Amino acid sequence: MSGLRYVYAVCRPFGTPLPAQLTGVAGVPPKQLAHGELVAVVGQVPEEDFAEEPLRAHLEDLDWLGATARAHQNVIDALTVVTSPLPLRLATVFLDDSGVRTMLQEREETFVRTLDRLEGRVEWGVKVYAEPPETAGRPEGSGGADARPAPAAGTAGSGRDYLRRRRNQRKESEERWQRAERFASRLHASLSGYAEDTRMHAPQNSALSGASGRNILNAAYLVPRTGSEAFVELVDRTKDDEPGLRVELTGPWAAYSFSGEDT
Amino acid sequence: MTTAQRLPDPYGSGGGANLADILERVLDKGIVIAGDIRINLLDIELLTIKLRLIVASVDKAKEMGIDWWETDPQLSSRAGRDELARENAELRAHVAELEGSRAAVSAGEREPAQEEARE
Repeated sequence: MSGLRYVYAVCRPFGTPLPAQLTGVAGVPPKQLAHGELVAVVGQVPEEDFAEEPLRAHLEDLDWLGATARAHQNVIDALTVVTSPLPLRLATVFLDDSGVRTMLQEREETFVRTLDRLEGRVEWGVKVYAEPPETAGRPEGSGGADARPAPAAGTAGSGRDYLRRRRNQRKESEERWQRAERFASRLHASLSGYAEDTRMHAPQNSALSGASGRNILNAAYLVPRTGSEAFVELVDRTKDDEPGLRVELTGPWAAYSFSGEDT
Repeated sequence: MTTAQRLPDPYGSGGGANLADILERVLDKGIVIAGDIRINLLDIELLTIKLRLIVASVDKAKEMGIDWWETDPQLSSRAGRDELARENAELRAHVAELEGSRAAVSAGEREPAQEEARE
């Protein structure tokens, strides 16, 4: 068999076969490579794309990177249905099966320890967005007209009015942020009660995510599968508590954010 | 598939998850193992993702916590301004100090100045 080996994840052996139509990176179905107590989930990838030089060039291409990341996640998602995988970072590539086996052998102890910790757990992502004030406030139709200062026929009070309006706007926006912050920390506190571990990620860029509003909380929660329903219900209940704020739930993910040894 | 039955339906994961969600995890989280093909993803990340974001929107990049260029005077006019402000403050303090000592000199006798001239 020629080609390189792309490794998606390391798992405990799992009895359930992966869906027959499942494909991963380079459109190739992943296979299991068992070694000792562990299984590496690998796919064969062409050298002309995954050798060091072409890979480096490809990774500079955001379209290629996006497609590859989705393909990688596609396999991890399928694994998460049948087991609790230890997901590897994108583009972990070996020359052949024996290279993968050596890696499993060398890191067996660490893998087993981490897999035991993650067994039966999934990751949920929760983000809070603050909607921009135009959409959070009054309906757009009336808002546009009202927002324009009425021409105040040059009265002596217009300057003072302007300053007062500016001051109020500033105060409103300050209050809005304080409210958003309070809501986010309250939500995080109550969700943490259902989670075994949490991670705070940097807020997301809306240019990349295409989400509206400003991302003020981006957190990951490690939750037992059995507790996931309660977790999701709690997010659903809290969702509409605060006008102008939007709560977004993603998952269940493999425990990406909790795969490090330092946890 | 017993484990699957205990899980609620996916929210946004898989097809519906946005690219930022996926890249955040696939590229930035997950266990790091040096394979036979050595690629420093951190480099790649800095070069493509982060730089693209900076080009796309400085404010958004800052929100993501990407702000290393801010303190680099070569990249940031603000860092340059900060540098200038610091320099200005130092110079002003120095000038004030010099003026202070000159004022003390002219307020007193002329002797120190004469002494200075003689030296």
